[in-house]
Amino acid sequence: MSTIEYASRPVPQILVHEVRHPRKTRQWLDWVLTTDHKRIGIMYLVLTFVFFCLGGTEAMMMRSQLAVPNNTLVSGLQYNELLTLHGTTMIFLFVVPVMAGFGNYFVPLMIGARDMAFPRLNALSFWLLLLGGIVFYASIFWHPPQAGWWSYPPLSSIQYSPGGGQDAWIFLIHLTGISSLVGAINFYVTIANMRAPGMTWGRLPLFVWSILIYAILLIIALPVIAAAVTMLLTDRHFGTHWFDPTNQGSPVLWENLFWFFGHPEVYIMILPGFGMISEVLPVFARKPIFGYKAIAASTIVIAFLSTLVWAHHLFTAPMPLVVLGFFMLSSFLIGIPTGVKIFNWTATLWRGSLVMTASMMWAIGFIVLFLIGGITGIFLATFPVDWQLNDTYFVVAHFHYVLMGGAVFTVISGMYYWYPKMTGRMCNERLGKASFWVVFIGFNLTFFVQHALGLSGMPRRIYTYQEGMGWSTYNLISTIGSYIMAVGLLMTLYNFAFSYKTGKIAGPDPWKGNTLEWFTTSPPPVNNFDVIPRVRSVEPMRDIRLEIEARTGKLQKTGGSEQFARV
Amino acid sequence: MVVAPVATGFYLAAAQNASARCCTLTSGASPNATSIATLYDIILGLGIAVFLSVVSVIVYSVWKFRASKHPVAHQVHGNTRLEIGLTAGATMLLVVIATVTFIMLPSIVNPPNSDASAASVLSASLTSPTPPNGKEITICVMGRQYIWRYTYGAGCNNTAWADRLPYSYQEMVAPAGETVRLVIQSSDVIHSWWIPALGGKVDAVPGYTTYTWFKALHSGETYHGQCAQLCGREHAFMTALVKVVTPTQYAAWLGQQAAGISQQNDQVARIRRYLVGQGILTSSGNF
Repeated sequence: MSTIEYASRPVPQILVHEVRHPRKTRQWLDWVLTTDHKRIGIMYLVLTFVFFCLGGTEAMMMRSQLAVPNNTLVSGLQYNELLTLHGTTMIFLFVVPVMAGFGNYFVPLMIGARDMAFPRLNALSFWLLLLGGIVFYASIFWHPPQAGWWSYPPLSSIQYSPGGGQDAWIFLIHLTGISSLVGAINFYVTIANMRAPGMTWGRLPLFVWSILIYAILLIIALPVIAAAVTMLLTDRHFGTHWFDPTNQGSPVLWENLFWFFGHPEVYIMILPGFGMISEVLPVFARKPIFGYKAIAASTIVIAFLSTLVWAHHLFTAPMPLVVLGFFMLSSFLIGIPTGVKIFNWTATLWRGSLVMTASMMWAIGFIVLFLIGGITGIFLATFPVDWQLNDTYFVVAHFHYVLMGGAVFTVISGMYYWYPKMTGRMCNERLGKASFWVVFIGFNLTFFVQHALGLSGMPRRIYTYQEGMGWSTYNLISTIGSYIMAVGLLMTLYNFAFSYKTGKIAGPDPWKGNTLEWFTTSPPPVNNFDVIPRVRSVEPMRDIRLEIEARTGKLQKTGGSEQFARV
Repeated sequence: MVVAPVATGFYLAAAQNASARCCTLTSGASPNATSIATLYDIILGLGIAVFLSVVSVIVYSVWKFRASKHPVAHQVHGNTRLEIGLTAGATMLLVVIATVTFIMLPSIVNPPNSDASAASVLSASLTSPTPPNGKEITICVMGRQYIWRYTYGAGCNNTAWADRLPYSYQEMVAPAGETVRLVIQSSDVIHSWWIPALGGKVDAVPGYTTYTWFKALHSGETYHGQCAQLCGREHAFMTALVKVVTPTQYAAWLGQQAAGISQQNDQVARIRRYLVGQGILTSSGNF
């Protein structure tokens, strides 16, 4: 290859080569040995979606158990195991690592880098995640953990949870924790050092901003949980009494340590989703994101405040009133930058030219559901109201609105948006839209009535309930809704699986995107870019298209994007 | 599309059972629960207003600015004044909620006096909620896997055994019109005491003593609640009932319960003496 040829080309559009010959036999070795951020990203996404299916199956079993009063589908012990597996899987093995998967694939592409800063460390992150998942899920053949994903001692102590499942849970936290920590350092170094020429902090794509903050929050929060679970491990096996109330230990210490990690964790799960939405909306509204600086700044403010709100999970624990007041106010404060984001997304839609693709529908659905979850969060932040609602189905509804309606909807929106880039093929749009409506309806049936269940006094984590409590109808509706939602999600998973072979060929830039990942082929070659363009705005790819149009006088036609108005 | 089935569900649930609630918290049984329900209602009103205004903008945009109807997008990068204005608006809304919360807080955490007719005993406690005139009933609540135990009387936390205070399991009996102070503890794992009609929940954490109170207004009612913190495999069956009776009935019940307990203790002691006499048990009570 010669660079002279490139310099003489009038249209600097796609300049990439396949730099090596792919293996013809034993291709799986390429995957096992790879340090390519894109392959690792794909492996992350596939693995986390497998865990998503496992966690979803556990959820369906729990909903089936609760469909009617006095059901005997599972026992109390099995139900506790299911809720522990479900919560832990969804948080540690799905939402957090799926964001790392997207980050792996798209951060280097969006900043115009050829790989992550530490490619081998990156591979280590992935394999540690897999090991964590294996250690954890192996426990289902012996004694699965049963103390819940927050594992409050003394219930998680050796006296009350003698089985090895609790230890498997601890090792899962350690392994996925190291995985995330190593990955976070990698993201930070990559974003800080490997941006394309001209990509100042003020021109960083909002998804990259969110991954940067995600990485910083992981670095702040993970050592705390690592310390806490180590203390739990020594309590269980080596005779310490950190959390043992019969020996001057304190269960409230665990509650504080756990949630000092646990609340930043919530934002670790949702911030990258916010970033994806901030990428998807401007592309399909055909206008710039409204208030770029406000969105980037609000991400930073949310991250800062998220380290100051942990005790709103402990409003019913033994704590002085003044502490409750402080944490109520700090939790209110975090509502303000979140409100800023919702306002900016809504304003991005305003007077746009909205192309209702599947990705766009999932994104707008996310705004509505996250808004509901945000508003119910204000109820729960008001500590006297939380005294009634804490540990009820109102809370279950709230955090499924923010994590399922929030994070999962953004992940699916992002998948529909970036699928053409990752595979070179388009998803089936009609199936994607149909799937959206089925999931949206099923989701609201499942979780909206759970607010009413909480207000009717149903505590969470009970494996059955009596007739005549006023809970039966709501539970039945919720269960039916969850089946509908499962069907909708299967439609999307089917779409992802089968479009890989049967989707229309996408071309490099099917959506007329704004960011640099659309400047290379779909899927990108190993080295991503032969030439890295100079970045002059937040929308470098749009600048490139405009420049080509100015030079050639012709409308740019790339892939299927003729339908889109804005260049 | 979504609203219709959910609304039908609320209707069916309400028709099926009066205790199924759609959108509000229970109130009317105890002043603290009533205050919390009022606070909830205020936030609900504001929340619905915010939700409707944002969603109407989104729905209007999706309907009005679709590419087919609105082919040219308005290229705008932001509007700082609007941004600051809406941020200030959101802040004001939260200031209002915080202010209302702090105004209503005393009526939720500070117990009122018992009714004039009630014959409460005087208790002296500096660390737990006490009504202004100091007259209240004290009941100790002890959580354990998977049942609640209640000990009745001012010294229930330290001299229960010596004073031979009456106790009961699962069903608490409480007098109407009197301020009842609850001293909440756990003997094993973390539980959470919660009777929705009688106010918010309080965790029972081993190693800690926590307090709450209620003042049940209507005698003849029985309120249901259950442990709200996962406490093990039969967590779902750790239920609690509070049966509200008149103060006279309460005094009578206390006497009857104490008599019953002491009678059964005596019976156990007799049987033990007999077994020791027969040589079946050792004098310390072992086989």
